[in-house]
Amino acid sequence: MAVLFYQHSAAFAVAVPLAAAFAVPLVAKLGKAARNAFVVLAVVFTQIMSWLMFQRSSAEGGFIYTLGASVPSLASPAGFPVRIVLHIDALSAFMAVISTTLAFVVSVYSFRYMKGRKSLDKYFALLLVMTAGMTGLVTTGDLFNMFVFLELLSVSSAGMIGYYGKGESAEAAFKYMTVSSIGALMVLFAAGMLYSQYNLLNIAGLADAIQFSFIDRIALVLLFAAFALKCGAVPMHMWVSDSYGEAPAPVSAFLVVASQAGLYALFRIAFTLFGGLSAAVMGWGMITLGMLSMFIGVTMAMFQKDIKRLMAYHAVSQTGYMLLGIGVGLAVLSSPVALETFGISAMEGGLFHVINHALYKGLLFLTAGAVIYRAGTRNLNNMSGLAHSMPVTTVLFIIGALSIAGLPPFNGFASKIVIYESVFMFNPLLSVIAMLVSILTLASFVKVFYSAFTGPADRSIKKAGEVPAVMWIPMGILAVLIIAFGLAPDTVMNLFVRPAVHALLNQAGYIGGVI
Amino acid sequence: MIDAQMLAVVALVTLGLSAVVFRKNMIKIVMGISVIGSGVNLFLVSMGYREGSTAPIFTASRNAWMSLPTPQALTLTSIVISLAVTALMLSFAVLFYEKYGSIDTTKRRLKQ
Repeated sequence: MAVLFYQHSAAFAVAVPLAAAFAVPLVAKLGKAARNAFVVLAVVFTQIMSWLMFQRSSAEGGFIYTLGASVPSLASPAGFPVRIVLHIDALSAFMAVISTTLAFVVSVYSFRYMKGRKSLDKYFALLLVMTAGMTGLVTTGDLFNMFVFLELLSVSSAGMIGYYGKGESAEAAFKYMTVSSIGALMVLFAAGMLYSQYNLLNIAGLADAIQFSFIDRIALVLLFAAFALKCGAVPMHMWVSDSYGEAPAPVSAFLVVASQAGLYALFRIAFTLFGGLSAAVMGWGMITLGMLSMFIGVTMAMFQKDIKRLMAYHAVSQTGYMLLGIGVGLAVLSSPVALETFGISAMEGGLFHVINHALYKGLLFLTAGAVIYRAGTRNLNNMSGLAHSMPVTTVLFIIGALSIAGLPPFNGFASKIVIYESVFMFNPLLSVIAMLVSILTLASFVKVFYSAFTGPADRSIKKAGEVPAVMWIPMGILAVLIIAFGLAPDTVMNLFVRPAVHALLNQAGYIGGVI
Repeated sequence: MIDAQMLAVVALVTLGLSAVVFRKNMIKIVMGISVIGSGVNLFLVSMGYREGSTAPIFTASRNAWMSLPTPQALTLTSIVISLAVTALMLSFAVLFYEKYGSIDTTKRRLKQ
């Protein structure tokens, strides 16, 4: 049994949440408790599969899973990858583990937060479709399937953003769908361009055959722009504030990892598909996106009055750190000495920040949800003295806020210090701006803390009290992980981040897995 | 090199993009996205087309000169997806109309 799961982990990780999603309305006929248990079971199973993928890809240095083949580890009879291939290396499994962790936390939190709302069966169905879209997007080894999973993720996310169905959330969902369907169509266009030249859709096969012709470069720009849009980097960030702001709070937390799946695709395109190009301009493009996201994101966040829009702009700003770290690695990809001295550690910092961001931003959105649950408003000006009645939420919020601002001993500091140090060796100015952005982040969260949690207690809120345990326990799990990652960054770095960085750099290994 | 299909692709994608960027009517934005989708589909199908070829059904046209089947399969998938996207976006437009009594995207800003 265990061997079966180990061998077919990749197929299970995509198929189980997808099948479970469509089974949710049926199971819900047995009652709400059965439905909730079923959702948690499906998510936990997917998470175990992601762990198995991670174990196997660490042990074997990446593996492929050919769907429908009698021997899943063989791509094709003649060494020509034409079938649908899932290609898992440490980076894919790393991303899958992050998304499924958040999926678990978010689904448990949603049981209480969304209680009493209508059509919850569809809510949980869409939650599972989103999970399937993410695991699919990060495990696929095929450019066309990347488009399919991207659309799957976009459509289900749009449904979740528009969940409240009133005018504003419908508008936000419409906006999200507009930008992401154009992005997805550009991915399809680029896939067509590459297919027309090389008769291949498999990423590893394409990376082997690619000649970097003029058309390939156009395809690179289309793919790069589309995935930068999906991860919410600055010139294409206009959907982030609306969708994160209007979605239900647990969905906002989940959208953070959804945009990180876009980030994964961006890295995969830049390092694996176009890794042979080794153009510093691509790295500088990513660094520029990162710097813009960082600075503009935080300055836009400073004056927001809506707690969730404020956090959404911070999500944009933090994405900038990841793009900066990975972008520095990409910019020095062609010079082994620079890569060895600071490039690899910049990338480690960037990827470490991905997991840290998922944890603390997830926690912050969930605490925002707890605040909205009790205070009944998203406007910071109407909140006051919540710390009197909600001590647990306050402590959790402080943990999240200090972590995002990069203060020790929380995990945000652990990854930011690596980014600062390594980027300083690349270009001191970039590092200085990154530190400045961190200070502005802290300033902005101090504002949230003072206006929402301190001051005289509002009488109507005081009566309401702390959020129920079933809501703060999921938040507590994230907080414990944040502190653990902050206290033992080396362990996490060695266990998860380094294998993922090496997988990202090991283009030859990725190609060799298929050809 | 430059043939009619490619010109049609460029025209469709440009038209669709300009509709998305410049139109304020939500229905027209959805139409624009649909038109871009058609342009991309036309691109895929025309990439797989071979001069004087038959349909790629192996048993019906054995040893004949066939056009590529994969882009057609991709196009079919993409058409299904774009149908779902169009339906979803139109339903969001309906919800928007129910709240604001208009499908003009600039109307909401004026009301506040």
